[in-house]
Amino acid sequence: MGILSITIFLPAAGALLLSVLPGKNARIPRAVALAVTFLTLVLSCVLFASYDRSLGGFQFVDALSWIPAINSSYHVGLDGLSLSLVTLTSLLAVIAVLASRHITSQPKAFFAWLLLLQSCIIGVFSSLDLLLFFIFWELEVVPLYFLISTWGSNRKERSAIKYVLYTLFGSAFMLAGIVALYFTTGTFSLPELYNTDFAMLANGIPLAAMFFLLLAGFAVKLPIFPFHTWLPDTYSDAPTAGSIMLAGALSKMGGYGIARICLGLFPDTAASFSSLFMGLAVVNIIYGGAIALRQKEIKRIIAYSSFSHMGFVLLGIFSLNEIGLTGAALQMVSHGLIIGLLFAGAAILVKRTGTSRIDEMGGLARQMPVLCGLVFVAAIGAMGVPSSSGFVAEVSVYLGAFSASAEAAKIITIISLVGILLAASYMLNMVMKVFFGPVRESFASLPDIGSVEKLYLGVLATGIFTVGLYPQLITTVLKPAIKGLAVLWGG
Amino acid sequence: MYILPEIIIAASALAIIIADLISRKPVIITTIAIVGIAASLIAACTSTVTFEPVFDGMLFIDGWSRLLKVLLLVVAGSVVIASTDYHARLKHSWAEFHALVLFSLLGMMLMPSAGNLISAFIAIEITSISFFVMVGMLKTPLSSEASLKMMLTGGIAAAVMLYGMAFIFGSTGSTSLAEIALSSQPDFSSGLLLGALLLLAGLLFEAGAVPFHMWLPDAYEGAPTPVTMYLSAGSKLAGIAVIARVFSMGLNNPGGLGADWGMAVAVISALTMTLGNVLALQQSNIKRLLAYSGIVHTGYMLIAVATIGLGGQVSGDEKLFFYMASFALAEIAVFTAVIVITRQIGSDRIEDLAGLARRSPLLFAIMSIGIFSLMGLPLTAGFMAKLFIFTSAVDNGLLWLMIIAVLNTVISAYYYLRIIRVMWLGKPSDGSALSLPKAPGLISIFSALGILLLGIAPYLLLKLAENIIFIP
Repeated sequence: MGILSITIFLPAAGALLLSVLPGKNARIPRAVALAVTFLTLVLSCVLFASYDRSLGGFQFVDALSWIPAINSSYHVGLDGLSLSLVTLTSLLAVIAVLASRHITSQPKAFFAWLLLLQSCIIGVFSSLDLLLFFIFWELEVVPLYFLISTWGSNRKERSAIKYVLYTLFGSAFMLAGIVALYFTTGTFSLPELYNTDFAMLANGIPLAAMFFLLLAGFAVKLPIFPFHTWLPDTYSDAPTAGSIMLAGALSKMGGYGIARICLGLFPDTAASFSSLFMGLAVVNIIYGGAIALRQKEIKRIIAYSSFSHMGFVLLGIFSLNEIGLTGAALQMVSHGLIIGLLFAGAAILVKRTGTSRIDEMGGLARQMPVLCGLVFVAAIGAMGVPSSSGFVAEVSVYLGAFSASAEAAKIITIISLVGILLAASYMLNMVMKVFFGPVRESFASLPDIGSVEKLYLGVLATGIFTVGLYPQLITTVLKPAIKGLAVLWGG
Repeated sequence: MYILPEIIIAASALAIIIADLISRKPVIITTIAIVGIAASLIAACTSTVTFEPVFDGMLFIDGWSRLLKVLLLVVAGSVVIASTDYHARLKHSWAEFHALVLFSLLGMMLMPSAGNLISAFIAIEITSISFFVMVGMLKTPLSSEASLKMMLTGGIAAAVMLYGMAFIFGSTGSTSLAEIALSSQPDFSSGLLLGALLLLAGLLFEAGAVPFHMWLPDAYEGAPTPVTMYLSAGSKLAGIAVIARVFSMGLNNPGGLGADWGMAVAVISALTMTLGNVLALQQSNIKRLLAYSGIVHTGYMLIAVATIGLGGQVSGDEKLFFYMASFALAEIAVFTAVIVITRQIGSDRIEDLAGLARRSPLLFAIMSIGIFSLMGLPLTAGFMAKLFIFTSAVDNGLLWLMIIAVLNTVISAYYYLRIIRVMWLGKPSDGSALSLPKAPGLISIFSALGILLLGIAPYLLLKLAENIIFIP
């Protein structure tokens, strides 16, 4: 049992501990959850620091035979792509616990589900066996279902079931794809599959069919237009911690899956459909941005902005070249930090003002200057202003997309530039309506955020600038993984 | 002694009837039943098996029948233990109930062992007739109606089955499975195919597949809950096992008969799971819901039966057995919990389960694990069972059926999650805590743990089943 397996199962063990913990005190579960997530973060940082960048490939590998009858094993390992996402997930989990300090109803259950969710997400990123990958992928709906339906707001039960059914619908196709792939190759192991020449094995199930079956699951999760209709309800009705994990970490599972599995295993199919997906990416960016502009509720604006920003991930991935893929990976990390900050900030605003509509807020910069500044940092990141992480990510994506060999790549890239304009409009509009303008009487006595809030929002804001000013922190880890992928299309 | 397990069961059933004349203490009856089942279980585990048919070809005592016997004995034992919690409503016919549980068990144990159409028919009828009585045992209008309905449809099914057997006999000149298989190679007449399909229709009644499923929801709802549990986790599995036996042994020649009925079963499987799911969506009674969910699972199990036909296998199938075992575990967990809960809340409506998570976290955990396994969520036996069946479907060119099946699992998630939601989020009208008596608690906790164990380490059972079926 290596350090990676410990990182995966530590949160689950914490959840188990919480579920048998006696007593009704709300502080203890919170303290346990914080300790466990913090420890997991430390472990992730150790992994991040000790990954051998010059060696590349999958490291920290643990492999155990599991179900010999179908040649499946417990096989985990990390390369640069998954490592950066695991670290992001661990960071967001700590933030999610800190942002859930107000949870008073059934705190034990809440934090247990949250920890279990973290285990599932880290498991997805670490799995090198498709069956194991699927199990973590599918298992993640259970904690989220309970988190949303119990501690959510508005029409929480409906949103929860909507999320679950959408996810299961996508993963049903994904399972079909995985089984078809297994039937074609006789293995679930990703490293083995990477070394298999599929053209030699063609046996009646067309490669494109497997590609699209597998993609269905990722398309729902990312989400790709038109599979996004669950997103606004779920993101805005979920409890804060749920929104942070959903938008920050879970949506990355979609992008990661596409890059790792669909692209890694079916490079030729991906190349022949790259125009289609680049086109869909632009729809994501512009359609999502346009809807965000029209929203009145702060959480829905952020939800649609997330949908729009995932378009950049898709655009970068289907550029099918090194710079585009690097951009997509950077965008995933950067967006995780930005959206975490936005949702956490929005939750504080909604709780303090008692409204979620931005036109009912206003002038809050005077009462809460620190919160205003921190949310503004996230807005800067979302707009892609230079020196923020959003800038490096989006520029790389644009560069990659522009030089992509897909048909009409240049036109698509130029159209997608509208996305920057849209992001600036809805973000500035939101910040303006919430924080500036005339001071409202009813909010006059609101205090600024406390020191814990300052701490965790500040960490995310620092992260945004750190990645923006020193992207090498992540790109050096990414490089071997992305190079290995990009070489499939000749560079 | 090839049929020692069956003899022990028959003797115990008779002992119960006699004991009832001497003493009317329920403890004695229950004890005899449990001791009989335990003794039979030991006999079944240790008895010799052979790949040759015994008793003039009437029975096969091979690995497949041994596995099924053990499974059915475990199920029947669980039913007997769970029914201790149902004593208040069955006390007037306590001994009859137990005797009938054992008599039907005798039939069910013979079903997967059948080596001849006649012995298959007799085994099926022993089981069916016992169930007609057990279903009507509450003597309420609902219960009597269920029993009558089951008897009428069951009678028609038996007639159709016999008609099919007559055609098979007419085409091949024999009722022995081995001889049918010999005389039907390599060509077979259309009479044989017609006979095979009629026989299939009759057998599908027992398994509860569409379009022979009409009796099932009413019977499940009207019957005493332990009988519902037994119908679902026992006779359904025996019905599917006998299909696998008769068709794989007798009608699986390389000339193409296997491909014909295999494809027919595949189509029926698709219809069964889809229709079962659609009908399940609207149910408000937990027993009816579980009836429809059982129909859906019949559909999944028929996938495995279809692959036996299409793959030309001449034996049982370890993946099918794994599915049956995991399904039985889930049904035992869920139904035992339902028996305990409904006795205390006095209702079997889903909405009355509200707030179970607060009233009894343990019962909630057991119900959830069982339901998640039925849903096919990872880390439960149900997921692995589905995965194994799906892989063998794709292996036999049934990718289309597998896609229908996975989509059906998504539909089923809706109504399974509805139960979970009510139990977890619902506001109970009465907040008093529910208790879990020792005996039912023990089996439901064991089956819930079994579900998790098989979900994490499925290979334990799969390998064992494979060895027992294929290695003499």
